[in-house]
Amino acid sequence: MGGSLLEQLPLFLSYSNVSFLARAFGVTMALSIVGAVVGYTVGALLAFIRNRHVVDVLPARFLSVGFSETFRRVPFLVKLMVVFFAFEVVGMRVSMFTVTATTVALAAAAFSAEIMRAGLEALPESQWDAAESMNMGGVMSLRLWALPQSWKVILPPALSFTVGLVKSTSIASQISVFELTYAAKVLNERGFSPVLSFGSLLVLYFMICYPLNLYARRLERQLERPRGWKPGAPLLAESGAA
Amino acid sequence: MHHLEIDRLTASYDGKEQVLVDVSIQVAKGEIVCLIGPSGSGKSSLLRSLMGLLVPTSGEVMLDGEKVDYANRKSVKALRERLAIVFQQYNLFQNMDALRNVTVAPVKIRRRNAREVEEEATALLRKVGLGDKLHAYPDELSGGQQQRVAIARALALKPDILLLDEVTSALDPELVSEVLDTIRILAADGMTMLMVSHEMALVREISTKVVMMDQGRVIEEGSADRIFDNPRTRRCQAFVGKILSH
Repeated sequence: MGGSLLEQLPLFLSYSNVSFLARAFGVTMALSIVGAVVGYTVGALLAFIRNRHVVDVLPARFLSVGFSETFRRVPFLVKLMVVFFAFEVVGMRVSMFTVTATTVALAAAAFSAEIMRAGLEALPESQWDAAESMNMGGVMSLRLWALPQSWKVILPPALSFTVGLVKSTSIASQISVFELTYAAKVLNERGFSPVLSFGSLLVLYFMICYPLNLYARRLERQLERPRGWKPGAPLLAESGAA
Repeated sequence: MHHLEIDRLTASYDGKEQVLVDVSIQVAKGEIVCLIGPSGSGKSSLLRSLMGLLVPTSGEVMLDGEKVDYANRKSVKALRERLAIVFQQYNLFQNMDALRNVTVAPVKIRRRNAREVEEEATALLRKVGLGDKLHAYPDELSGGQQQRVAIARALALKPDILLLDEVTSALDPELVSEVLDTIRILAADGMTMLMVSHEMALVREISTKVVMMDQGRVIEEGSADRIFDNPRTRRCQAFVGKILSH
């Protein structure tokens, strides 16, 4: 397809192309949401297993550490291949969407387990002693005081990681999963200028990631606020107070 | 029969250096036993060990004649229903206000009626002088106030024996007296206490027995007057001499 960008633009924004990109956008969102929900749930369980106050079983702790340390150190594309061939080895015929969603979940689980571990370990050990001396079990401690306190440490990096997770779904285009990057490649191959094809990709990823970034930053500011802070009042650090 | 009987208790961290060596102490009902000794002498480790936070490697602990089996979760659980500990660093739950810090264990763990517990907790917080701070969070309270909340939290569990681990040593000097006054009130109420303290005036005033520890061992024990005025061992003489000269 020839012509300048301006000449290509009306055809690029045709209903079929826009709905083509919208479907790809939906797949990217679905991969991110399914992967993050499953991954963060598994990650939380791994972090709880790793905390000796919650589950005092050494083999379980080793398993959690092993999983997290291994999958945090492997590139996303390698994880994708591992999952792809793992499904083949066990004889399960699954869609490429399932392969990618599983990989996203695997990555999210490994990283979120580490983020939550750090959050829980940031709590003073002495509070666990206090809870234990009152016969408060690990799960009840998590629910009543450990998680409510460690959110401050967990949420900002978890949201930043989620942004990275959304971006990493683009690697699924390597195994022909119909998501945003794959759709942009197809449009480019149909003859549209790379500026239009990949430019639209840039805009769409930005539409997903920027609000998440904004929310992460807002949350960080909120979590910094001292108790009883009212909107408009300066933060302790901003007011120059010690 | 003693209320609490510690017999040749030995404990170590990670099976390495022994922090308690053959410690034997008896506590009768209503008694206030004060543990004194230099830092690292095993006083806090003894309290942690009694609560099962540091599992003893040998020796026995008897509560009203019943042996505590620290390897058995049920036995430790039963022990913790009768003993309560107040730590040096208060260890309040930072996400809960004073009232909830005090009510959380009786309501959530002991499954007691929430309204009844709240009334008792309010009375306890008033007793320790914090009637106007019921809904204040730990970071809004001074160290002395946090420590008094911690004492109220321990009392809300209605323990038979209260363990106090250097409850004033993390406080600024001007905040110490408010906590000491609270301990005096408990002593007057007849609460059985095993207390680690460097507040020698308080130890002399309220203790029924003083136990001097050093390097994980009991060096000497007796009444406060006897220990302070007429220590028998050289180590105790040196320690008491140093403390009283300050």
